[in-house]
Amino acid sequence: MTIATSTELICFLILSSVIVSGGLGVVLIDNIVYSAFLLGGVFMSVAGLYLLLNASFVAAAQVLVYVGAVNVLILFAIMLVNKREELKPIKGLKIRKFFSGCVCAGLLALLFRVDITTNWSTPGPQAIGEIATERIGEHLFTDYLLPFELASVLLLMAMIGAIVLARRDVLSVEVRESDSIREKVIKNSNNNVLLDQSID
Amino acid sequence: MFTTLKIAFVAVVNTGLDLEVSFNHLLQDVGLSSSIAHLLWLPLPMLLVLTAALIGVLVTVWLERKISAAAQQRIGPEYAGALGILQPMADGLKLLVKEDIIPKKADNLLFTLGPILVLIPVILSWLIVPFGQNLLISNVGIGIFLWIALSSIQPIGLLMSGYASNNKYSLLGGLRAAAQSISYEIPLALAVLAVVMMSNSLSTIDIVNQQNTAGFLSWNIFRQPVGFLIFWICALAECERLPFDLPEAEEELVAGYQTEYAGMKFALFYLGSYINLILSSLLVSVLYLGGWGFPVPIELIANILGQSPNLPVIQIVTASIGIIMTVFKTYLLVFLAILLRWTTPRVRIDQLLDLGWKFLLPISLVNLLFTAALKLAFPLAFGG
Repeated sequence: MTIATSTELICFLILSSVIVSGGLGVVLIDNIVYSAFLLGGVFMSVAGLYLLLNASFVAAAQVLVYVGAVNVLILFAIMLVNKREELKPIKGLKIRKFFSGCVCAGLLALLFRVDITTNWSTPGPQAIGEIATERIGEHLFTDYLLPFELASVLLLMAMIGAIVLARRDVLSVEVRESDSIREKVIKNSNNNVLLDQSID
Repeated sequence: MFTTLKIAFVAVVNTGLDLEVSFNHLLQDVGLSSSIAHLLWLPLPMLLVLTAALIGVLVTVWLERKISAAAQQRIGPEYAGALGILQPMADGLKLLVKEDIIPKKADNLLFTLGPILVLIPVILSWLIVPFGQNLLISNVGIGIFLWIALSSIQPIGLLMSGYASNNKYSLLGGLRAAAQSISYEIPLALAVLAVVMMSNSLSTIDIVNQQNTAGFLSWNIFRQPVGFLIFWICALAECERLPFDLPEAEEELVAGYQTEYAGMKFALFYLGSYINLILSSLLVSVLYLGGWGFPVPIELIANILGQSPNLPVIQIVTASIGIIMTVFKTYLLVFLAILLRWTTPRVRIDQLLDLGWKFLLPISLVNLLFTAALKLAFPLAFGG
């Protein structure tokens, strides 16, 4: 075994153990802030796995999108509504936990079955390394043009939806520019602020 | 086009000058195998660059003190060494021996992890900073994209330390820092994208080579003036330098996310912000000011003097001029940043976000489209 392969093996073992234990931590830890930070760690380790597969562009994109955008937004949302309230006890929590555990175990068994029964061809396809960036761009604008454009339309829709939800004043009937009414809206924040279409 | 450009400007490195090869030979003569020699070689460039970054921080801190003093008609540090050059050392030593205080109700683990997470991505980004044709740690293919990806990790560290301090000023500072760096990352990336489009490569080496075809006339600042301004503004905002130091605005938030920090943990933030400033200035010089390029091409001078550019002596001279030019351009920009800090007032948080989303983002998109159009229209001047 050369130094390169043994380093690769050690890196793989460390990364996968971080992913597995981090993933378990995200689900099992009670403190939601810890879960969110652990999720960031898991995303970083997945980027590390991509690096091990010689896919540096995908790894950097993973860090940029999942760690830099998704995880930061999750943390942002958690910290903006950082209320430490005791949740009401839910009826039959143990049975619920048992059933969801069963579903997860079933999924795991299914994945194991796929892993064992599939005839993996080793070694896999050769990594193309540096030219991967160009190749990804080529594929995105030829074979995968339609899904690419659909994804961008979907993102646009989500963005417009978020803006509509955030700018309540545009849609609400009762809300005008004056501050007193704004305060009322904040007080009655449980009421439906969006236009009720069924009236007219 | 691209490949010919590359071949024309990759100078043939004399094997006697390739330090890695000679280091390898040296160790093999002692009796080590070549792979072990390679392993021993690997940390050396990293250590060198890390040391360079730290010395750069010391110089920048001294400059900051001296220039701020000059801006306010003071003298500044004077007694620690000649002209006070040892003052940053004294600062560092003071922080080193200070008591490490963790507030009683703070979250111990996250409080310690936060500053580390802020510093590590900044240091990792030095991987792609070139000081010459072959003078960088690693010429990774994704180059500048790696820097953009790594700098997006920083807000997590800031949020972490803001949250863990258990202090409302810290939390607000952390949230502000994250909001600021998210909103300025997008115009920054778009400005970089326009440069990348012109040089057909993400690698910092190729970006610099593409700019050094005709001396200073071919520097990107003349082809991308708008992109240069956008990048500079966004880089200042990413470094939280003063027109944009909202996350630590003293008058509003005490010291933002750093409020509860003392000793070495505070020093990590301090170090991180200064290393980031130098890194940003280096990248501005790499992306827009021709990196290590001398205003007049060295090859031209060598030809006029009747020397072959492949001679070992000429190569050493070229490499040293390259390093001097990079450092000179960088410190010119650092000087500009310090001057800006001591002469401009701070913007408000809503003005900051308005500037980012409503002004810089559309402008950078237009800049990108314009670059694409120019590239199609004049492929010779804009790297077809």
